[in-house]
Amino acid sequence: MSFWVIVRISLKALSRNKIRSVLTMLGIIIGVGAVIAMVSVGQGAQRQVQEEIAAMGTNTLMVWTGSMRSMGVRGGTGTMNTLTAEDFEAMVYECPAVKAVSPSASTMGQVVFGDQNWSTRVEGYNEQLPALRNWNIVQGSFFDESHVKTAARVAVLGQTVVNQLFGGSDPVGQTIRIKNLPFRVLGVLDKKGFNAWGRDQDDTIMVPYTTVQKKFQGGVLYVQSGMVGAASARATYAAQEQITALLRQRHRLGPFQDDDFTVRNLSEIAETAEATNRIMTTLLASIAAVSLLVGGIGIMNIMLVAVSERTREIGIRMAIGARPGHVRVQFLSESIVLCVCGGILGLALGVGGSVGISQFLGWPTLISPNSIVISIIFSGAIGIFFGYYPAHKAAGLDPIEALRYE
Amino acid sequence: MTKTPSSSFDILASLSPASSGAPRLNGADSRVSGIISLREVSKTYDLGEVRVEALKGLSLEITGGQFVAIMGASGSGKSTMLNILGCLDRPSSGVYLLDGVDVSTFSAAQRADIRNQKIGFIFQSFNLLARTTVWENIEAPMLYGGVPKPERAKRIEEALKVVGIPEKAKALPNQLSGGQQQRVAVARALVNRPAILLADEPTGNLDSATSEEIMRFLQHLNRQKQITLVMVTHEHDIAAYASRIIHMKDGRILSDEVNEEMKRDA
Ligand SMILES: Nc1ncnc2c1ncn2[C@@H]1O[C@H](COP(=O)(O)OP(=O)(O)O)[C@@H](O)[C@H]1O
Ligand SMILES: [Mg+2]
Repeated sequence: MSFWVIVRISLKALSRNKIRSVLTMLGIIIGVGAVIAMVSVGQGAQRQVQEEIAAMGTNTLMVWTGSMRSMGVRGGTGTMNTLTAEDFEAMVYECPAVKAVSPSASTMGQVVFGDQNWSTRVEGYNEQLPALRNWNIVQGSFFDESHVKTAARVAVLGQTVVNQLFGGSDPVGQTIRIKNLPFRVLGVLDKKGFNAWGRDQDDTIMVPYTTVQKKFQGGVLYVQSGMVGAASARATYAAQEQITALLRQRHRLGPFQDDDFTVRNLSEIAETAEATNRIMTTLLASIAAVSLLVGGIGIMNIMLVAVSERTREIGIRMAIGARPGHVRVQFLSESIVLCVCGGILGLALGVGGSVGISQFLGWPTLISPNSIVISIIFSGAIGIFFGYYPAHKAAGLDPIEALRYE
Repeated sequence: MTKTPSSSFDILASLSPASSGAPRLNGADSRVSGIISLREVSKTYDLGEVRVEALKGLSLEITGGQFVAIMGASGSGKSTMLNILGCLDRPSSGVYLLDGVDVSTFSAAQRADIRNQKIGFIFQSFNLLARTTVWENIEAPMLYGGVPKPERAKRIEEALKVVGIPEKAKALPNQLSGGQQQRVAVARALVNRPAILLADEPTGNLDSATSEEIMRFLQHLNRQKQITLVMVTHEHDIAAYASRIIHMKDGRILSDEVNEEMKRDA
């Protein structure tokens, strides 16, 4: 007897009980839908990190004060104030692999123009920032070296800030107040959009880092972090080594002393972000998988009911020549068909959910062919796993007892 | 009994090999088959504290093509014996030779194949697959037997004609009368061209007119196709159609004789 003939028998049996079949599938539908949607959120975030890193250029490095062992156990970055602006300047002269640097210092603050006000990030850099971050000016200009040297009160605005404060009018040349101090607007940054962590990158104001130190940080001289541009993507690791050597020397660290700073290239940062993302994705997917498991138990429950309800049918089939194997395959394929159909419907639900998430919550989502294939195969496997016991029970029935069953 | 034009099984005559070259349900009538041999067969049900001896060392020979009626009081072991003959059950001890092969040691799958290929069952309660069309009910044994689709369709149409309900192919069992349901069951029993037909009180749920029709058909079938027919009944009227009548009591054969006043189809 051919496999397809048995599958047809199963399909007929399922179509005789449509409502029950659909209700049985519901657990699988919801489970697979949840897994697909959750994984799409995780993978969407992951892809965005990759895209951002690629956009920023693979030759960018970040330097922080304080040491950070791989999992951040040690102290944490930014806890020691060891880096200075001179450290960064020295990198440009001493490290051949380093092309450009910018210390950074940021704060949050209230910004006012006319009767409009807006709370945003105020990021301090030097004049190298547009080159380092691949970020263009669309109106006016960025601040220059002299602004940085003199800690001038000049600002360059992100698009979101422009929209909030100026509506449609031209901000260049206007004076805004940041934390009550007047700043002259020099230019407007190009639109960047959201980053992988869901932060609006255009919701920012850039000012010279020296201005942040002097006006908002009480005149500190240390720098918490900064960006470094390597001469090329291939020079990134050389730059990392040279910076490490230079800073150890400048900070007079002995051979057995740990670094009091951290240098990371962007691919390492990407890896960390990806690892974090993977953990999140796994966590979400396992929560969703629990509902899939519950769906599987539902299938087993219904199949057990079906076997006892259809004991007589099983007896008749055995009397006319069905082998135990035929009966087993019939019931097993019923549960597989239920699960795979549930899986396909769940896939549709998951895709819909993922589209909904990206439309209404604005999170990036990504549905990979892998997760489609895996979810269908997995739901088939659930069908086999949870359908096996009921099918085995059906196959083991005694024909006479089964025929006598009322 | 008067024959109505629509009545049943007269069409069989036109399908029988003797009268024409029309298709036949059982194409294997030249082969010697359907030979049953029980030797010292016992069946004991162990119910924990009590042991019920349903069959007590019973021996029986049935030659191919015989029509045997099994009679006896309720509980005398008739059904138990028929289930063993039909390979639905196994003897606790003793040997069952079917066409010379000891099937008492067969596995469940092997017995399923024997049931599929050699044996047709007719039950008192018809035992059709519920919510399944007449066509699909008759098709089922051939699905398990691996008969190809065109051949299946041909055989179903033939069988429906032979049992006289060709117009009921798409009907569901619960849309049919008891007599019609039993005809479907007979068609299903015959469709794999078995050597043996086993019937456990086949007319038990039918009125007397329908019972007579069915019996005349079964008798005809036994004659024309040389199918071995073993039928359990407790009605003398029904047993009268058989050529041999066996009486059972307490798991043993009480009497076994040729039926001299056998009823014949006129
Ligand atoms: N599955 C079973 N379990 C226990 N006892 C049974 C079973 N089947 C039949 N019996 C017993 O075996 C005896 C013969 O039963 P059966 O063959 O059905 O008789 P009959 O068909 O002649 O009425 C009875 O005493 C019956 O109670
Ligand atoms: Mg009985």
